Amino acid sequence: MSNATATAKKKGGFLAGTANYLDERVGVAGILKEFGRKVFPDHWSFMLGEVALYSFLVLLLSGTFLTFWFQPSMVPVIYEGSYAPLKGAEMSIAYASTLDISFEIRGGLLFRQVHHWSALLFVAAAGLHMLRVFFTGAFRKPREINWVVGFVLFVLGMAGGFTGYSLPDDLLSGNGLRIIDGMIKGIPYIGAYTSSLLFGGEFPGEAIVARLYSLHIMIVPALILVFVAVHLFMVVIHKHTHYAGPGKRDDNVVGYPLMPVYVAKAGGFFFIVFGVIMLIAATFTINPIWAYGAYDPSPVSAGTQPDWYIGWLDGALRLAPTHLEFMIGDFTLSMNILIPLVVGVLFLVVVALYPFIEAWVTGDKREHHVLDRPRNTPVRTGIGAAGVTFYAVLWAGASTDLIATHFQVSLNHVLTSMQILLIVGPIAAYMITKRACLSLMRKDREIALHGRETGRVVRLPHGEYIEVHEPMDEYELYKLVGYKAYQPMLARPNAKGVITLRSRIRAVLSRFYFEDRVVPPTKGEIEAAHDHGKELH
Amino acid sequence: MTKQKMNNARRSPFAAILVILAGLLISGGGYAVASSAVTSSTTAQTSQEAIDAGKKLFLANCASCHGSNAEGGNMGPSLIGVGAASVDFQVGTGRMPGQASGPQMMKKPVQFTEEQTAQLAAYVASLAPGPSIPSEEWVGEAALAKGDTTHGGELFRINCAMCHNAVGAGGALTEGKFAPRLEGVEAKHIYEAMVIGPQNMPVFNDANLTPEDKRDIISYLKYVEANPSAGGEELGGLGPVAEGLFVWIFVLGGIVVITIWLGAKSN
Ligand code: HEC
Ligand code: HEC
Repeated sequence: MSNATATAKKKGGFLAGTANYLDERVGVAGILKEFGRKVFPDHWSFMLGEVALYSFLVLLLSGTFLTFWFQPSMVPVIYEGSYAPLKGAEMSIAYASTLDISFEIRGGLLFRQVHHWSALLFVAAAGLHMLRVFFTGAFRKPREINWVVGFVLFVLGMAGGFTGYSLPDDLLSGNGLRIIDGMIKGIPYIGAYTSSLLFGGEFPGEAIVARLYSLHIMIVPALILVFVAVHLFMVVIHKHTHYAGPGKRDDNVVGYPLMPVYVAKAGGFFFIVFGVIMLIAATFTINPIWAYGAYDPSPVSAGTQPDWYIGWLDGALRLAPTHLEFMIGDFTLSMNILIPLVVGVLFLVVVALYPFIEAWVTGDKREHHVLDRPRNTPVRTGIGAAGVTFYAVLWAGASTDLIATHFQVSLNHVLTSMQILLIVGPIAAYMITKRACLSLMRKDREIALHGRETGRVVRLPHGEYIEVHEPMDEYELYKLVGYKAYQPMLARPNAKGVITLRSRIRAVLSRFYFEDRVVPPTKGEIEAAHDHGKELH
Repeated sequence: MTKQKMNNARRSPFAAILVILAGLLISGGGYAVASSAVTSSTTAQTSQEAIDAGKKLFLANCASCHGSNAEGGNMGPSLIGVGAASVDFQVGTGRMPGQASGPQMMKKPVQFTEEQTAQLAAYVASLAPGPSIPSEEWVGEAALAKGDTTHGGELFRINCAMCHNAVGAGGALTEGKFAPRLEGVEAKHIYEAMVIGPQNMPVFNDANLTPEDKRDIISYLKYVEANPSAGGEELGGLGPVAEGLFVWIFVLGGIVVITIWLGAKSN
C-alpha cells in the first residue's frame, strides 16, 4: 500500500495530493498498510457476516431517507391522501405520514420496502452467520467475547426491527404492541407500572410511537454501530479463522491480503447484496400498511403475526399451556405469559454463554484458528441441531393458524402437535445428528485409510476380484484427519483430596461430550494401510 | 419429416389467431347462454312453475338430507324459513348439495345452473318467509361504484377481520373450522353471507349493519380485489409469515447461491 502511495506521489494529481496530505497529518498510510496486510481466507460461508453488514448499511441509508418524511406523532388527523379506501378516515399522523411516504412521495414506497426487506435480511443473515460460527467452532478461544458481541448484535437487530415495525401505527403493528403490552403486564408486581411508564398511561396512549422512534433511529442504531465496530475490530485483532487444509495451522491464516484483492471483492459484494435487495423491494410488496387500516384498539385481525425474527416469541406465547394462572395474595401469576418469557430468556442466555460452557467442559485452553468440520464435533453439532429445532418449532408456532388453514387441519391439533414437537423435536434432532456425525466420521476414517471406492473391479491373476481404491491426495486427506479426538475427563480429587461437586458435574458433562468418538487415523496407520493396498495391486 | 411440418404449422401465427378466435367464440357463446339464464331466472323466480321445478330438483338432490318437505332430518337441518338468500348462497357457492365430511361444509364446483338455483330458492322461499336474494340496488355494479370504501373498510376491520383477516385472506377457527378467503366471492354471495351467517359466521341483520353498510363493505372488498398492491407482488396477502419465509428462502438463499457461485468461479 505504501508503495502505491509512493508511486502515486511521483505522478502527482489530486488523489495523490490528498493521500499525501492525510498521510502527513494522521498517518493514514501506516494504518492502511497494517490493515491492508490482514489476510482473509476465501470461503462462501465467511461472507454471511458481510451480508448482514451490508444489509445494515442499506438499512441506514434507506432509513435516513424515511426520517425526512415520517412524523412520529399519534395526534389524530383526517386522511386526505390518494389511497381511496382510507380517504376521510381518522388516523394518527404517524400512519398518515407513512401512507404519504407510500403514495405521495416519489420513491417513498420503494424506500419503505427496501428498508423493511433489508431489515428482514439483516437479522436473517446475522442468524445464519451465527449458525456458521457455531457449527464450525469459530467461537472458541480467543473469540468467545466476540461471539457475545455478535449475539448482542443479533438481539439489537431484533430490537431495531420490532421498534421499527411498530412505528407506522397500522392495525398489524398496533396488535403487535398490544401483545407486548399484555406480556409486560403479565410480569408480576412491576408489570402494570412498567406498562404505564412505557405507554405514558393506559395503552395505547399518545406517546408510544414517539418513544419507539427515538429508540429506533438513535439508540438502537447507535448501539449496533458501536457493536459492529467492536465486532470487526476484534476480527482484525484475532485474524480470521480458516478451514483445515495443508499449511493451515492454529498459528497462521491462509488467504488473500485484505488490500487490494479482498477489498475489491467486498466492494463488489456490497453491490450484489444491495442489488438483490433493490430487486426484491421493487417487485415484492412488504408490509402493505394501507391494507391493514389505522390502528384502533377494538379490531383484531385473524392471522396477526410479527416479523419473522420476533416470531419465535409469538410462537412461545401460542404454544404455552393455558389455564395455569394462579393467585399469590393480590397478584395473578399468569404462567401462560411467564413461561414463554422465562423460556425465551433462558434460551438466549444459553446461546450467549455457550462458548464458555463448552470451554469449561472441555478444559481446552488453547487458541483455535482452524475451524472444525461440524461432523468432527458430534455433540456440539447435535446440540446445535437441537437448538435450531427448538427455535424452528417456536417459530412455526407463530403460524399455527396459517398451517391449519393451508393444510386443512384442525388448529387444535396443530397446537398440540407443536407442543409435543417442541419437547421431542430437539431431543430427536440431537440424537439423529450425533449419530449421523459419528457415522460420517467412521466413513472418513475408512476413506483416509483405504482411499475412495472407485467402482472399478479388477480380477487378480490368482482369480480374486477386488475393487480398486483410489488413494486420497494430500488436500483431501487433511480434511479427513485434521482434527483432535478428545478423551472424556475423569473427576479428580483436588489438592485437599476431595472430589468436589463441581468436578463431578464437569466429569459428567465431559463424558456426555466425548464418550462416543472416532479417533482419526495416525500417519503411521495411513501409510501402513497404503502399503497393504499396494501389495494387493 | 411430417412431424416437422406439423410443428411448423402449429407454430405459425395464423394458428394462434385461430385458437384465439375459437376461444372467443366459445366464451362469448357461453356468456350469451349464461346471461339469458339470468334474465329468465329473474322472471321465473316466483312463478308457480319455478316452485314446482324447484321442488322436483329438491326431491332429487336435497331431500335425502333435508327431508322430502325440507323439514330437516338426521343429515341436515330444516330449511323452513331460511329464505331464498340462504339457498342462493349455499347452492350458488357450491356448498350444497352437501357432502358429509370434515368439520365444515366445503365449497365445491357449483352443481346447478343459475336457473336451477333460482328454482330451488323459489321452492324453499315458498315454504315460509325468509331473507330474500339481495337486489341489484345493493349488489349491482352501479350500487357498488357508489359505495363508500373508507366506511366499508372500517366496518370490515371491526366486524369481519377477526375471522377473515384484515385483508380478507381468511383465518383459522377452532377444531378445523375456518373463515374462508374472500377474494373472488360474488357480491351477492357476500351480501347473503352477512344476512344468513352460514355455519360459524354470525348473522349481521339490518340493525347491525344496514344495507348501505353491507354495500360499503362489499365495495371495499371489491376495490381491494380490483386494485393490486402498489408495492408489487403480494405473496398471498399472508403478511409477515410469507415475508419471513421469502426472505430466508429466496433473498438470503439467493445471495448464498451467488457467493458459492462466485467462490467456485474464482477457484
Ligand atoms: C349430505 C347431506 C346434504 C345434502 C345432500 C344437502 N344438504 Fe343442505 N345442508 C346439509 C347440512 C349438514 C347443513 C348444515 C350445515 C350448514 O349450515 O352449512 C345444510 C345446510 C343447508 C342450508 C343452510 C340452512 C340454514 O340454516 O341457513 C341450505 C339453504 C341448504 N342446506 C340447502 C340445500 C339444498 C338446496 C340442497 C340440494 C341441492 C342441499 N342442501 C343438499 C346437508 C345436506
Ligand atoms: C366468527 C367469525 C366470522 C365473522 C366475524 C365473519 N365471518 Fe364470514 N365466514 C365465517 C365462516 C366460518 C365462514 C364459512 C361458512 C361456510 O363455509 O358455510 C364464512 C363465510 C363467509 C363468506 C362466504 C365466502 C365464500 O367463500 O363463499 C363471506 C362472503 C363472508 N363470510 C363474509 C363476511 C363478512 C363480510 C363479514 C363481516 C361483516 C364476516 N364474514 C364476518 C366466519 C366469520
